[in-house]
Amino acid sequence: MNTVSELVKNLADKYGRERHNLLPILQGVVEQERYLSEHSMKVIAKELDLPAAEVYGTATFYSFLEHKKMGKNIIRICKTISCSMKSSNQILLTIEDMLKIKLGETTPDGVFSLMQTNCLGFCHQAPAMLINNDVYTELTPEKVREILSSYLNKNKEGVQYEQ
Amino acid sequence: MSNNSQLKKLDFIFNNENDWEEVLRKNLSRPHQELINELISSELKGRGGAGFPTGLKWKLSADAQSDIKYVICNADEGEPGTFKDREILSKVPYKVLSAMAVCAYVIGAKEGYIYLRGEYFFLKPELQKAIDEFIYYCKEINFDFSISIFMGSGAYICGEETALFESMEGKRGEPRNKPPFPTNYGYMGKPTVINNVETLAHTYTIFKYGAKRFYDLGVQYSRGSKLYSVSGDTPKPGIYELELGMSLTDFVEEFGDGDTKAVQVGGASGFLVPRKRFKETNIGYQGKLTGISLPTGGSMMLFNSSRSMYNVLDNYLVFFHEESCGQCTPCRVGCQQLLKGIKSVKNGEKNAQYLDKLLKLAETMQITAKCGLGQSVANSFSSIVENFREEMIY
Repeated sequence: MNTVSELVKNLADKYGRERHNLLPILQGVVEQERYLSEHSMKVIAKELDLPAAEVYGTATFYSFLEHKKMGKNIIRICKTISCSMKSSNQILLTIEDMLKIKLGETTPDGVFSLMQTNCLGFCHQAPAMLINNDVYTELTPEKVREILSSYLNKNKEGVQYEQ
Repeated sequence: MSNNSQLKKLDFIFNNENDWEEVLRKNLSRPHQELINELISSELKGRGGAGFPTGLKWKLSADAQSDIKYVICNADEGEPGTFKDREILSKVPYKVLSAMAVCAYVIGAKEGYIYLRGEYFFLKPELQKAIDEFIYYCKEINFDFSISIFMGSGAYICGEETALFESMEGKRGEPRNKPPFPTNYGYMGKPTVINNVETLAHTYTIFKYGAKRFYDLGVQYSRGSKLYSVSGDTPKPGIYELELGMSLTDFVEEFGDGDTKAVQVGGASGFLVPRKRFKETNIGYQGKLTGISLPTGGSMMLFNSSRSMYNVLDNYLVFFHEESCGQCTPCRVGCQQLLKGIKSVKNGEKNAQYLDKLLKLAETMQITAKCGLGQSVANSFSSIVENFREEMIY
């Protein structure tokens, strides 16, 4: 596995070391590490020759650039109006119950983090959620349990991530 | 559509005509001025919601003096209740890419970007494939143009054009002061045309069929067709291309569930229209001689009588409170206070007259906030509080 320094260097080689390359680099680190640690942000600042505060300020602006430790799979349930009207809260309660965590928490084994998010753009197929980059729509409690089970199985087989 | 419907359903955007190569080739050999005139005479206005005349935008960028210019497709579709742009990019990407190329030709740009919201990351592989094929074709016909995808990371405000530039430049997505306008000072300080996905798709229609076909649709000041994203309490949620200028009565007749209490036109940043005003309300840009014209980026959310409008407003305010970039005080503090305020009235800590103070605060935000986000909170806030005051209190 790459260290963060190697990862950042590779990303900077790929995208460039100018200010306008910052977002793709932050996204690249989040893709691999699931979040931006203080250490990662300092490494990026050094690599791009930017003040660390600038990197921190930019990173913390965006809701998908997490800056606290996250699980391997980040669940984001849409809470905006159309999904809320179709009982997105039921979906949240189902997941909390199944994973034994509350909103904003990560399972002790680090497999899932549970978050809410604003409009995902699937209002006509509400309620909707994202798991990492994959979208799931027209959710019911049963459907959600199946989806999460498939992730749990994948995790057991070790196919999801190598880290 | 039901047979007796007054609505005119159209199919310009999603039709399966696969002749973009020919359309592109033909238009890339027309004089720049002719293309601009075609666009101006179509009276196409920006379909993201703001409604700026597209032809004028292209003309201003074409007239700007610079060796480097950019074309940007705004695919940061984040307005609650809007989901049409995703459908366009996944079903007819070549129309959008062709329109970007024609724009680049007209204004003299060599680089194009698609700013795709982080939530739509799953679209990226297919879209990239379409871009690769498209650029390959551009090379074949000796047209020098590149298109890259720039991914957002979950920030509604980045749909505001200048916040989008800031984001692409590696900064916090905080809107800039205007002027200078993007047509002169956009991405990296260079003249930039930034258009919504749907706007670009309509320019494709105009360049293919001519301005007249487009202009003949719709009503005065609101020409052409529009994609509507329909959701909420409706038996037929989905995306529909309809003529501009429809009345809300006709819309509700077609899409309502028989018990429609109100329609939110234009998403959380738009207006809530109660049943008693359906008849006098039309969908289109300001300027109609009679009745109320409401513009929309396409979001149409229906609420039936089982819905508490307090809960609806609370949901919107949580949204704005979280998505405000925090840069200017009226929006940063205003969103917080409106949310806190309606809660206090609801739970009896404040009396009903406090709502009037909140309406004043919303009005102040409309006048003093720096960008469209803070300015438009008052749209939904005032239209809900004024029309459903009793639901805010009891």
